[in-house]
Amino acid sequence: MDMKTTLMIIAFAPLVAAAIAGLFGRQVGRIGAHTITIGAVGLSCVLSVRVLLQFINGEATPFNENLYTWMVTGDLSMHVGFMVDSLTAIMMTVVTFVSLMVHIYTIGYMSEDPGYQRFFSYISLFTFAMLMLVMANNFMQLFFGWEAVGLVSYLLIGFWYKKETAIFANMKAFLVNRVGDFGFLLGIGAVLMTFGTLDYVEVFNQAPQMADKTITIIGDNQWSMMTVICICLFIGAMGKSAQAPLHVWLPDSMEGPTPISALIHAATMVTAGIFMVSRMSPLFEMSDTALSFVMLIGAFTAFFMGLIGIVQNDIKRVIAYSTLSQLGYMTVALGVSAYSAAIFHLMTHAFFKALLFLGAGSVIIAMHHKQDMQEMGGLKKYMPITFITAWVGTLALVGFPGLSGYFSKDAIIVATGLSDRWGSDVAYIAVLLGVFVTSLYSFRLLYLTFHGKERMDHHTKEHLHESPWVVTLPLVLLAIPSIFIGWMTIEPLLFGGFMNDAIVVNPTNDVVKEIGLYHFDTTAGFALHGFVTLPFYLMLAGFAVATYIYMKNRALASTIKKQLAPIHRVLENKYGFDAFNQKFIAGGSVKLGEALWKWSDSKLIDGWIVNGSAKLINKVSVGIRSIQSGYVFHYALVMVVSVIVFIGIYVFK
Amino acid sequence: MFGWSELVPAFPEILVLSMACVVLLVGLFTDKKKGGFIVFLSVITMMFAAILTLKDHVAGVEFTKTVIFNGTFIRDEFGDMLKVVVYLLMISVFFYAKQYLRQHDNLQGEYFALLLFATLGIMVMISGHNFIALYLGLELLALSSYALVAYNRNDLNGNEAAMKYFILGALASGMLLYGMSLIYGAVGTLQINEISQAIAGQNNDMFLVLGLIFVIVGIGFKLGAAPFHMWVPDVYEGAPTATTLFIASAPKIAAFALAVRILGQSLDVLMIHWQSMLATLAIVSIIVGNLFALQQTNLKRLFAYSTISHIGFMLLGLVGGAEGIAASMFYIIVYTIMAVGGFGMIVLLSNKGMEADQIADFKGLNQRSGWYAFLMLLLVASMAGFPPLIGFFSKLYVLKAVIDQGHIILAAVAVIFAVIGAFYYLKIIKVMYFEESETDQAIDASFDVKTVLSINALAQLGLLVLLPVLFQYCIRVTGSL
Amino acid sequence: MIASYFPILLFLAVATGLGIALMSLGLLFGTRKTNDEKISAYECGFEAFDDAHMKFDVRFYLVAILFIIFDLEIAFLFPWSVVLEELGGFGLVSMFIFLFLLVIGFIYEWKKGALEWE
Repeated sequence: MDMKTTLMIIAFAPLVAAAIAGLFGRQVGRIGAHTITIGAVGLSCVLSVRVLLQFINGEATPFNENLYTWMVTGDLSMHVGFMVDSLTAIMMTVVTFVSLMVHIYTIGYMSEDPGYQRFFSYISLFTFAMLMLVMANNFMQLFFGWEAVGLVSYLLIGFWYKKETAIFANMKAFLVNRVGDFGFLLGIGAVLMTFGTLDYVEVFNQAPQMADKTITIIGDNQWSMMTVICICLFIGAMGKSAQAPLHVWLPDSMEGPTPISALIHAATMVTAGIFMVSRMSPLFEMSDTALSFVMLIGAFTAFFMGLIGIVQNDIKRVIAYSTLSQLGYMTVALGVSAYSAAIFHLMTHAFFKALLFLGAGSVIIAMHHKQDMQEMGGLKKYMPITFITAWVGTLALVGFPGLSGYFSKDAIIVATGLSDRWGSDVAYIAVLLGVFVTSLYSFRLLYLTFHGKERMDHHTKEHLHESPWVVTLPLVLLAIPSIFIGWMTIEPLLFGGFMNDAIVVNPTNDVVKEIGLYHFDTTAGFALHGFVTLPFYLMLAGFAVATYIYMKNRALASTIKKQLAPIHRVLENKYGFDAFNQKFIAGGSVKLGEALWKWSDSKLIDGWIVNGSAKLINKVSVGIRSIQSGYVFHYALVMVVSVIVFIGIYVFK
Repeated sequence: MFGWSELVPAFPEILVLSMACVVLLVGLFTDKKKGGFIVFLSVITMMFAAILTLKDHVAGVEFTKTVIFNGTFIRDEFGDMLKVVVYLLMISVFFYAKQYLRQHDNLQGEYFALLLFATLGIMVMISGHNFIALYLGLELLALSSYALVAYNRNDLNGNEAAMKYFILGALASGMLLYGMSLIYGAVGTLQINEISQAIAGQNNDMFLVLGLIFVIVGIGFKLGAAPFHMWVPDVYEGAPTATTLFIASAPKIAAFALAVRILGQSLDVLMIHWQSMLATLAIVSIIVGNLFALQQTNLKRLFAYSTISHIGFMLLGLVGGAEGIAASMFYIIVYTIMAVGGFGMIVLLSNKGMEADQIADFKGLNQRSGWYAFLMLLLVASMAGFPPLIGFFSKLYVLKAVIDQGHIILAAVAVIFAVIGAFYYLKIIKVMYFEESETDQAIDASFDVKTVLSINALAQLGLLVLLPVLFQYCIRVTGSL
Repeated sequence: MIASYFPILLFLAVATGLGIALMSLGLLFGTRKTNDEKISAYECGFEAFDDAHMKFDVRFYLVAILFIIFDLEIAFLFPWSVVLEELGGFGLVSMFIFLFLLVIGFIYEWKKGALEWE
């Protein structure tokens, strides 16, 4: 099988499966629907792994080909095409693998839902959209995939469309993402304006000549074209990858079914922004300003969103805020030009965060769809597999040396420390403190859920049991890479130049290379070294605090809450982002809309244009209606008169 | 003199004719309750006709035009492309007709035999290379259509509609024939290609222009272009929905082919004259169609007026030079697909004794079935020309061609009235999504009809993928005329 | 070119003239005696002297239309037989196909009961 066929199958198998499950759901039945979609995604996954292995073994060369020319207007031609290099291969594997896990898990999680086939159709469609996004070889297709994942995620968050909060959440996700997309579209427009093409390769080839190009936006200030393009594109990434202040949709999107939380909020959709910036590294490398912006946004998100995680009680929301914080880490990595570290963390994070989400889902199933951690506790007895895998996921997340999360996170922290980009000191402090925060909320979650007293009501307690194998199998399968994947891949991925064909870094900015030269000898050494660094002690500190408060002295928690009431309130209110949006942005636009509606719509448009023209049309048609009378001879008369008029005009002119 | 080998290019027509006879006979001996076999035969006929038509188009091999039967019949790429579209449309027409006639306990062989004869008429109109052949095809189509409209013998509305259709159709046919005879009188031949050569250099002949006017009246009537549109709303409303669905689809393609053969191919020298006539028809159609549609409460009548405005757009394309003809072709193909789907939806929602042909019948469709509401949304939005659906692009191509020819005012008027037209389409969408359903009757349809409808509606999105390919084909086949 | 239509004009003139001549001859020399047989309804069902706007049985139309179809078929056979020698086998087969189609129509109307009065 040649590369092209392989790639076509990878991308389109989920689409076909989604179509079958969606359109013929009733005919194929529940079993048919999940067999087909799992088969297709499984096929994609196997082939993706094969492609990745080919890249690892050096058997494959980057593939870039247009499959189909969609439209040619003027000089601009729009294609559907694939560009597959090492970066894409990693993304494809992560996307299809996590998606496959989620598919299997869904069999158990959604088993009683009437929209079973629809759900499978959506998640397969989502996989397709995501693959189109990562495999694109031009901005047009990137945008298509970008919007398609947005659309499907909108459908998925609102999957339970009878649930009020779900409808609110998906509306919010939709609107916030539109803000990001607006920036993204502006960015693509700027690319088109500057380069006159939407093809990646051509854009990247031309990029060096455009370094000095400037643009006047407001007043006489000259802006570097590259900075404008990169910041616009990054605004798109902020929407999709949930960076502050466009992060507000992600915690709310927990209203969707848990497999979706895992799929969208851990592994795939939120990483689209990270992937996109890495893919655009040749452009971003040309603007230090844009990279500083990226880094600071990431640092802010990494630290402050983690803090919110400490005060949340909904198990899925804690993990959601943790995701925000981890995405912040990846964004920081992008900002310090450590793209490969960002992708590395993206990959490890995909595994352990999907694990945590699915573990939380398993808990939620056992708790009969209750998500409040204050009503859990002591679950380790009842759900041993979920318990153990949750510990694995947590240790990976907090960066316990040797586990996958350690390698990727530590690489980011070290890279940030080494960077001399403007503002990198602030970012370094933020990511360091972030380690403490991460550790605190993670262990808090574990303790509240699995340890301590059993606080659930009697009825729930009676029915507690481990989840079925379709739920626990993905947990185990995800736990394995959560432990080992970092160990196995750090060397080739970061220092072996594996992604050299995809990522461009200015030699002066290349912090990852610096790590490789001065801080990294062997993987084992790097892991051992992890026990003596500052992040490790910060992590231990977080662990200790959490253990003390939630295991030994639970009263302390409420004391602290009272003592630090103002801070707690700020965190509870999530820094007021939601309130601000609700009051000023949503409220303001509603007011503006109302005003527009009152004045322009009801007066001008309704009063004059619509009703006015309707009145006019009424008058006219009353006149004409006597012709459309239903009598044949009237009709014939009209025809004959028209003929005579025509003859009068054209023959006897 | 004929030779047997001359029959080969006409195999699709021969097949359709034979199968029409077979269906007629089989229908005689089949019980009303089981008509499935008849539908099956009809569908199979179309599939085989498609195979026969397409087998001469092998990738990599240049297709050569063949003119047979003393120059009265032509096989060319233009005709073959239109024919394939007609087959596909007819297949969906058959399925919808089955559903509709089953609902009304009136599934008989005649209906499908008549549809097949009408298809034959359409094919002859597409392939006619001589005025008489074109006229014969037209009459075969028209006579079958009259009978199809009057199919429901006990329905007074249907009979009235058929009567009107017949009388006005006869009048229009007479005019068309008169126009053809005038042209014949002026040039002394009925052959499409010979006429073109004969009139080169004498484009001011009064006979020719007079003949041209009458021919255009005939074509305008068949297409339902204003001011020769008066029959359209009455016939659409009165006819059984399955028949309306048919009349709104494949015959429009035939009329388009007729227009291209007569105007584009034989009277090309008179282009200046017919372009300004068509522009008049187009603008009047767009205005009349959209304005009248605004006030309709009956969906079939609304679609009738919307058809008029769509035909106006299509005619506008014919004003736009070579690219415009391709755009027109694309437009009419896309339009027929939308129209079949739109009427198909009415068929689907109808029940025994209840025709879902009022806009009010679509109230709250979203509650009854989200999927069908979504399909209808796609169809209606595509008719209205909302991006990114296919209906938007077909309008875009036409407007682009027209603007390229410098007719900016025409384009502007067309756009303004298309925007006004969007209003009544939005009304349908609003009713479906924002109003309460008056009935909770389940939507009952067989699997094949649902599938056909889904394909039909999803084509509004799906064809986007094929958009440039299709349009390139349109450009190629109209360029090779 | 108009000149070539002259024979038609001539034909029209002769036909009109002949018609007028024959009718006036009948008026001038014919005898008019009515009896019951003469003024009773003919086979077509019409009263001989009645209001022209009367309704009458639609079945007459059906019979008339069926008659016309087969009548025209005969009319088509005449010119065909004249040139059959030139047309050869192809012409023969073509006519058979034509007749075959008519037979199908005939079977249809028969089976549908169009040939029965009730």
